[in-house]
Formats: sequence, structure tokens, C-alpha cells
Amino acid sequence: MAQVSLRKVVKLYDQTPAVRGIDLEIADKEFIVLVGPSGCGKSTTLRMIAGLEEITDGQIAIGGDVVNDVPPKDRDIAMVFQNYALYPHMSVFENMSFGLRLKRVAKDEIRRRVDDAARILDITELLDRKPKQLSGGQRQRVAMGRAIVRDPKVFLFDEPLSNLDAKLRVQMRTEIKKVHQKVRTTTVYVTHDQVEAMTLADRVVVMNGGIIEQVGAPNDLYHSPQTKFVAGFIGSPAMNFLPCRIEEAAGALRVRLSDNLSFPVPEDRTARYKPHAGKTSLMFGLRPEHITEVPRHVEPNQHPFEVTIEVTEPMGMETLVYFTIDGTEICGRVNPNAGATDGGKMKLLADLNNMHIIDDTTARVL
Amino acid sequence: MTAVTASDAVAAPRPKYGSISKSRRWALRWSYFFLVLFAIFFLTPPIYMFITSLKSSAEISAATNPWWVFEPTLENYIELLTQNQYLIFFRNSAIVSVCVVSITMIISVLAAFALARMKFWGSATLATGVFLTYLIPETLLFIPLFKTFAFVRDTTGIELMNHWWTLIILYPTLTVPFCTWIMIGYFASIPKELDEAALIDGATWLQTLTKIFIPVALPGLIAATIFAFTVSWAQFLYPLAFTTSTDQLVLPVGIVTTLIKGDVFNWGQIMTGALLGAAPPLIIYAFLMDYYIAGLTAGATKG
Repeated sequence: MAQVSLRKVVKLYDQTPAVRGIDLEIADKEFIVLVGPSGCGKSTTLRMIAGLEEITDGQIAIGGDVVNDVPPKDRDIAMVFQNYALYPHMSVFENMSFGLRLKRVAKDEIRRRVDDAARILDITELLDRKPKQLSGGQRQRVAMGRAIVRDPKVFLFDEPLSNLDAKLRVQMRTEIKKVHQKVRTTTVYVTHDQVEAMTLADRVVVMNGGIIEQVGAPNDLYHSPQTKFVAGFIGSPAMNFLPCRIEEAAGALRVRLSDNLSFPVPEDRTARYKPHAGKTSLMFGLRPEHITEVPRHVEPNQHPFEVTIEVTEPMGMETLVYFTIDGTEICGRVNPNAGATDGGKMKLLADLNNMHIIDDTTARVL
Repeated sequence: MTAVTASDAVAAPRPKYGSISKSRRWALRWSYFFLVLFAIFFLTPPIYMFITSLKSSAEISAATNPWWVFEPTLENYIELLTQNQYLIFFRNSAIVSVCVVSITMIISVLAAFALARMKFWGSATLATGVFLTYLIPETLLFIPLFKTFAFVRDTTGIELMNHWWTLIILYPTLTVPFCTWIMIGYFASIPKELDEAALIDGATWLQTLTKIFIPVALPGLIAATIFAFTVSWAQFLYPLAFTTSTDQLVLPVGIVTTLIKGDVFNWGQIMTGALLGAAPPLIIYAFLMDYYIAGLTAGATKG
């Protein structure tokens, strides 16, 4: 059993806060991904769990024991670093067994555990090689192997795929997920790549400016972001934001985006948005995937509107189209065969079932 | 597509660009020219020493071709090696150098590790301070050292003057700062994640040093060892100032004081002594170079 809990954890570097009092409960066997832009405190949080950074204030517990003052080696954790951090003078076998040898584990036990881990990661034939004879992906596997053989309570990954090329990254991502399904160890994984976060995590923790913006399952973050930051951070291309006003007319609500563009608010949201009618600080949010060409069959709450396309970006499976509404650039995703051309007029469909209204003063999604 | 473009480029008339292979050839020619020049410059003195060491005193003073030996003789070697004094100098130098190298490496490796990795209050200032002490000319230290020796004698009764083993205490003041500085540089180049990984793997600071840092920084360690050995083997001023009795002298001072009597220079034996004295550093360089494997850190991290 190894749940990890962070209570009011604070980290200051010379009075500059890196982490400002975060609370997080990580369940046993859970795969948690900390994601956020650089400088958001995600790596610092991971390093505090590892014991590589001291905690300024608060409490960290692993498996129920408070570890604030426990050195890294006694926390029973294993960490995989962004740049692998393999010992260059040791063979792969020696690298993987280093921790066990320090603990004076019996020789045949070491052999067995390294062989097991090597089999899981498919690196058995590399055991006698030195790190410099390995490719980036192989090195990353060895780094993971070094973590697995320790059979720790918690795995910590610090942006382990950032140094790999795009193709290998996707491959290793799947690999990491498979390994977690096999060994079922509580895992905390740090990345700045939201795709990695979404694909790997049981729950994603979005951090920004040293605080946790939102914790939730990948789909929850995508469909119901609680803050403007999460709404803009999760999803690629990012969500479109437009200043808007909620107008009330004859008992129905309309969201007005510009002088000549407004949409009726879906009925199920009327009650939620009504108190905000007339406010000037509102933002309308809609993801590019919810701005499409007009299909043959239109669902309720989907509304067509006409724009002049400025730029198109063909991606193969889809085409990104860019246009402006009142000076704000908006991105939509249309079918490659929908006939979008640079500078051409096009009828698009806004799917308001997936709209968000954000109060810009609090940056919260209403 | 690519192939077509490439052949098009070849078919087109070639504009007059420089050529990479040509400029490389010229760079190589110049490199070899200077290499040969430097080889001649640096090898001439030892070759001249070797030639002279094979000559008798009569032949040295005769007006013959100084670059040729007409009657080669080993008498200089035999005389020097059967003379007790030279072997005493050699023994003193050897003991002093081995001790100094050991002391230096132990102190500077530990100091460098602490200064490079264990960030503590004032560690950066201390690291600079260590290097600054190296910049103080040794001649400036004669009087303070004499004073210190006198103080030690007065308080403890231990006489430090005129003992070869005093040099074992003295030389590290020259070698430790510089070796510490070299090692700080090497240790600082080791990625931080490597010791963090070791820390998580359960290594203590000392295990991190011995099992990770020392093997990874081996080239630096060897460079520092060579430096410390060279300094203590060739040191001239300190032994000249602090040792006087013949049986307490080390090699460089010993050769000069015993083989130059008044204005009589025993050139044959001086050259032989110097040549034999230069042998140990040469052998050590040759031996350690085999272990000097550059790029040992390749593969530790991305790069």
C-alpha cells in the first residue's frame, strides 16, 4: 500500500515561492500526471516527494508515514530523470543493480530481479553494454529498469520522454503505460506535454504558478475545465477565447460575440448563466473541434455562421481554418473536403453544447 | 524527388566556391608543419642531454661536434649510480613525491567534492579562495614559512628545518589548491542528476564519491595526479631554501649542489643526473595516458 499525500506543501527559494501550498491525495496504484507550463512548480513538487528538495512548509506522507525529514534513500521511491542519469562507467546490468548492491541484496536475487525487469522492458540483450553504446530510447528503458528492479513504493518520472524524438516519444509513452499495467506501482509523472498527460494518467493534476488549478480524470479536464487556464492548456490546438456578453431577451439568453454575431444559449445552461447577464467581464470559450463545417444533419444547439477564412492549415485527416471575429483570431477544424480556401468565404457550425463561459475577473469557468 | 534535384545540381556549371576537402588538406599541412617545429624545439634539449651524458669529460671540453659522440662511454652513469649520494637524492625525491601526491589527491578530491556538490554557506567564496591561494608566488612565502618553523620549534621542540620530510608538509601548499580547482571543474561537469540518482539508489555521500564521481571524473583525477607529481618532483626553490645537508636533499637541488663545485661544472654527470631524474615523470605519464580515456562520461545523459 503506497498512497502519497501532500498537505499544504510550500516551497520557497529565497523567499520566492515555487509551490504555494498544494494539497493532493494520490491513491495506491494510481498513475498521476503533474502537468503545466515551465516554472509552474510541477518538477519541484516531484523533487519534494523524492526528497531531493526540502519542504519549506506542510507535510508529505508516503504510505501513511510522514517523510518530511526522511532522506531519499529511505523513502522507498525510484525516480526516472529527463536526461536518464545513467552511470556512464557501469554496464546496463550494473546500472540497474546499483541500488540493490548498495542494499546488499543477495547476488542471485539481484540477478533474478534485473532479469525480470529486463524482460519487461525488452532489454535483456543490452545488459552487458555501456550507456554510451545505447540509443536514446534504450537508455530511457534502462533508466526505467533501474527504477523497476528496486520494487519501490512509488515511481517518480521527471519529464522522461522530453529528450526523445517525436516518434520514439509516442512509442515509449505506450511502453510506460504497459509497464504500469504490469507492475501496478503508484506513479507520479511530470510532463509539460498535455498529450502525454491525457494519454497516461488516471488523474491529471494541472499546475500553474505554484498552485493546483484542477485535478481530474483526463476526460473531465477536457470537457469540464474549472478555470480559464485549464480550459486553455488542455487540448490542442488550444480553446478559442472571445470576449462576450450574455443578453436576456424574452426569457431566453443569447451570447453575443460581436455586433452582428450572437448565438442562443442552450436551454440546459440558461439557469446557470442567467445571473451573469449584462456583465462585461465574460469570455466565451469554444474548442476548435467544436467549430466545424456544416454537416447534412444539424443537432440541437449547433448554429451555423459565415466567416471569411484567412489561413488554412491542412493536417491530412483534418484542416485547421483560421478567421477573426472582432479582431480575435479563432481556429476551427474542418473536414479536408469541406472546401476551405485561403481568403474564401465559408459557412461554419458552432457546437454550443460544448461552449464555456468564463468570468475573466476570477478566471473561473461558470 | 531528392535524387533528381541532386543530379541537377551536379550537372549545373560549378561556381567558384571554396572546397571543404581542400581547406582541410591545408589545415592538416599547417598542423604537421607546426607539430614538427614544436617537436624539434622541445626534443632538442633532452637529445643534447642524452648525447652529452654518453661523453667523457675530456670529449665534452674538446672542440668537436657537440651533436655526435666519438667515443661513447657509460662512465657518467656508472659513477653517478655507484655514488651513494645520487641514490639518496633519488630516494628522498621518490618518497616525498609519492607522499605528496597521496596527500594532495585525498585532500583535493574530498575538498572538491564538498565544494562542487554540497552547497553550503560560503562554498562558492571558498572555492574561489582556494584558487586564489595558488596565485600567491611561492617565493613570497619563504619568510612566513621560516617564521612558522621557528614558532613550531619554540613551542613544540620539533625542528622542521633541514629535513627532507618537511617537504611532504610543504609541497601540498602548492599542489592542493590547484588540484582542488581542477577537480571542482571536473566534478561540476558531472550532471546533477547523476548524484541525485545515486542518492535515491541509496548511496551515501562517500559512496557517491567513490562509486560514481571518482570513476566518472577519472581523466580529471589523472590530470591532477600528474600535476601534483610533476610539481613535487621538480620543485627547486623550497628544498633549496629549507634543506642543506647532503643526505636531506632531493634530486633537483642535489644535482646542482653536489655536481657543481665552485666554478667547476661536471657537465657529463649533470646531464646524466638530469636525464635519469626526468625518467620517472616520463614513465608515469606514459603509464597513466593508457588510462586516460577521454569522453568517459559519454552516454550518462542526453548529448
